[in-house]
Amino acid sequence: MARALINVPAKPKRGEIIEIKTLMSHPMETGFRPGMDGQLIPRDIIEKFVCTYNGEVVFSALLHPAITANPFISFTTIATESGTLVFSWTDNKGETQVQTASIQVE
Amino acid sequence: MNRLACLILIGMALPAVAQDARKSGFDFMGPDTQAMQKDDLANPGMLSVLEGETLWNTPAGKTQKSCASCHGDATQSMKGVAARYPAIDTKTQSAMDLSGRIIQCRVERQEAPAPQREGRELLSLSAFVGRQSRDMPISPPQDAKLAATRAQGATLYSARMGQLNFSCAQCHDDNAGGHLGAAPIPQAHPNGYPLYRLEWQALGSLQRRFRNCMSGMRAEPFAAGSTEAIALEAFLMERAAGMRLETPAVRP
Amino acid sequence: MNTTRRQFTLLAAGASIALMTPAHATPEKMQLAIDAFTGGKPVKEGRVKLDISLLVENGNSVPLNVLVDSPMTKDNHVTRIGLFNEKNPLPDVAIFNLTPRSGRAQIATRMRLNDTQFITAIAEMSDGTFFSAKSEVIVTMPACVEE
Repeated sequence: MARALINVPAKPKRGEIIEIKTLMSHPMETGFRPGMDGQLIPRDIIEKFVCTYNGEVVFSALLHPAITANPFISFTTIATESGTLVFSWTDNKGETQVQTASIQVE
Repeated sequence: MNRLACLILIGMALPAVAQDARKSGFDFMGPDTQAMQKDDLANPGMLSVLEGETLWNTPAGKTQKSCASCHGDATQSMKGVAARYPAIDTKTQSAMDLSGRIIQCRVERQEAPAPQREGRELLSLSAFVGRQSRDMPISPPQDAKLAATRAQGATLYSARMGQLNFSCAQCHDDNAGGHLGAAPIPQAHPNGYPLYRLEWQALGSLQRRFRNCMSGMRAEPFAAGSTEAIALEAFLMERAAGMRLETPAVRP
Repeated sequence: MNTTRRQFTLLAAGASIALMTPAHATPEKMQLAIDAFTGGKPVKEGRVKLDISLLVENGNSVPLNVLVDSPMTKDNHVTRIGLFNEKNPLPDVAIFNLTPRSGRAQIATRMRLNDTQFITAIAEMSDGTFFSAKSEVIVTMPACVEE
């Protein structure tokens, strides 16, 4: 099970706009590349990325093959309260990987 | 063109001289790629380091012992290790690279199947072990047996090979700083391996990089784990002695 | 560019592999993708800042940053940011969905670019209007070429 590198700033102040950086391990195989046998390697990409903050969706993204392997996504959110951030990555076969991070708001 | 070659030769012959003309591949990269390497949260090589850390702590093989069972905390026990490979294996009395050492441990001490060179398991473990020497100076061991290996590596470095009849030295000594097509030619110091190469969209070993170059020269690439590949690495690490290890580096 | 015979041989080898890639997006296809995103509504240039290197050394991983001028309040915020290109195999790159909880309309990611081309970023506002920015990126080492 691949892991992601996630950066949630430590101890943000309530109301502060924080930047969250995520880097997920994934080949983002486009489906346009021929393999050794000359046949196209099937598409294997992350299509959807969602971040919830104490259960509410605060950010999401739809990705296409043009996004680089090991997708890097950075976005901002307001540090409203302490709790849990849940990140999910869903691929084009519908399989989802989830990772969580806690957030401590002063 | 020849000025740089002279500078490198002088730099190697007189280590006491303050001016070091040697530059890391890092210095030949654009600012975006440099920024990617410097940020542990943006460096895709760190994903492999994370995986390697998990493997380090996972029991393996018939013994069901993890690396940690013998080596404990890698941040202590593995500090400086990657900086002094290739080294002479006391048992076989031949030169061994870090990947070879990891394979040996897996097979002989953990009694696990040999991990494949360029496979995910070995790359993750070597990235994790290599990371523990990051920022340390490359410190090749002063061993007489290793000198013979290095001499072999030096010969390979200067030998013309392949249909294009190029030697490594022609690009990386004589033309470093120039361009091959659109790509800048670095000095070929292996001070960041295994590294994340944008061209590969993946982490890869020094030997993979050798294979790329040699295919490009229309030469028969060295077999994975071969004595030639290890000899060339030993030569290059001596040539890069004292330079900072950047593992896991990012390169274009 | 000073191309020697040896350099040419290596470039030709790369180019022959590049010719194997399939048909790709065009400026017209990019416009169709943008129209699908906007529903055909008018798009005004401005308020969107697309930060991407003018000259990229490797098309496999091109970092970019989009920042939209918006107060990000409940009544006035960016709802979506769409990214489009005109020469990769597909014109769509990504769509980012924002909320007032975003605080700032800012995203960063890394994309693949297989040739020198224009990239367009389009922001949809909560009042249904669209704003855009366009940047030309020169790619010296394209992506989508088998090593």
